[in-house]
Amino acid sequence: MKRTILSLLLIVLAGLPRLEAHAFLKRAEPAVGSAVQTSPSEVRIWFTENIEPAFSTIQVFDASGKPVDKHDVHLDRSNRALLHVSLLPLTAGTYKVVWRVVSVDTHMTNGNFTFRIVR
Amino acid sequence: MYRNFFYKHLRRAAVTTSVCFTALIVTPGTVAAHGFAGSRFFPATLSTDDPFVNDELSLPTVSSIVTPEEGGTRDTEISVDIAKRITPNLGIEVGESFINLKPRGERSVNGFGNLEVGAKYQFFENDEHETLLSVGGDVEVGGTGSKEVGADSFTTWAPALFFGKGFGDLPSELSFLKPLALTGLVGVAIPTSASSRTVTLNEATSQREIEIERHPDVLEWGFALEYSIIYLQEQVKDIGLRPPFDRLIPLVEVALETPLNRGEGGQTTGTINPGLIWSGKYFQIGAEAMVPINSRTGSDVGFIAQLHFYLDDLFPHSLGRPIFGGK
Repeated sequence: MKRTILSLLLIVLAGLPRLEAHAFLKRAEPAVGSAVQTSPSEVRIWFTENIEPAFSTIQVFDASGKPVDKHDVHLDRSNRALLHVSLLPLTAGTYKVVWRVVSVDTHMTNGNFTFRIVR
Repeated sequence: MYRNFFYKHLRRAAVTTSVCFTALIVTPGTVAAHGFAGSRFFPATLSTDDPFVNDELSLPTVSSIVTPEEGGTRDTEISVDIAKRITPNLGIEVGESFINLKPRGERSVNGFGNLEVGAKYQFFENDEHETLLSVGGDVEVGGTGSKEVGADSFTTWAPALFFGKGFGDLPSELSFLKPLALTGLVGVAIPTSASSRTVTLNEATSQREIEIERHPDVLEWGFALEYSIIYLQEQVKDIGLRPPFDRLIPLVEVALETPLNRGEGGQTTGTINPGLIWSGKYFQIGAEAMVPINSRTGSDVGFIAQLHFYLDDLFPHSLGRPIFGGK
């Protein structure tokens, strides 16, 4: 039995192609659930995998649901796992960041979080 | 028979644990499989089946617990399970276990359990409320295992309903409860033989003795309550945990069986299993203690541990895709 298990394990590992996986949020600026004192100029999200920008979005909304981002989501020039979106000038309040990304192996993931601006 | 119904259930659960995870075509050219409902990631649970359909491999699942049979028998099992999607929402699974039984004070016996095959169909998903429902069933194919370790000579069918619910839709006042999720199942194991007879020769009297063992239908039910650190850090509050601690999912599983008829009705057995899962890119590792709920189940704490591969992440363009309907 041990030999069978080891054989199966070796088959799995030997057959591995170049690996990518589901992209999870690694960290964000402003940080998930954080409170900041000044209006950030952009939201940046680092993911655990490289991102396919054509199918990936970040949207930011204020408490009334009004979009407050500049609709200019783009990959970082030096890091394909980092997405940016620019923000309009923000006042004090709670903002919701909604993201949906497709990793380069075509797996889709999504999520959302909030941050607050306190003065 | 060495093996009680409870432990059969565990073996069946280990088989169907391999069948997890949603499969949806979300955007042309993309796939969203794995244990996802909306933004909720569910891990594969160890002791109770979850509602997902996916391409997965559990290699191995190792468990050990002392059951009451023969005055106390340590039942140790090593299982291999594989699940494969046929379509994005329909999957099949196959599992096999190697079993070692060690009655107290006696020599141990080894052998394979019956082959187990199953299927599952996910028929409902609500991303906003992180909710999933599936129906499915397993078949323990009688006569394919070793009699020495109690493998049944008859086949048992086990249809079941599976559910999953994340609590990310709780109000913001309860934000720290949002990482909670619940998965579970309710099913019935229906043996194709109501009873079996064993004829033995009494050496003292030289007479034949007939022992009749009844095989009741059994309600199989259980759930897993989990708190996802992944969800906490991604969606609620970055509390500063970094790898590997940001990928942990503490959970408690409750796996129960209640015979319904044939003289054993209501005699529930089962375990409460607190444990921990670590979910990485391509595999997860999980371990749980198995605490018997009563003396019918056992008196000592056992354990279950599993190495579980996400085939959809390992082989996204081949083995890890549905045979039909995946792009």
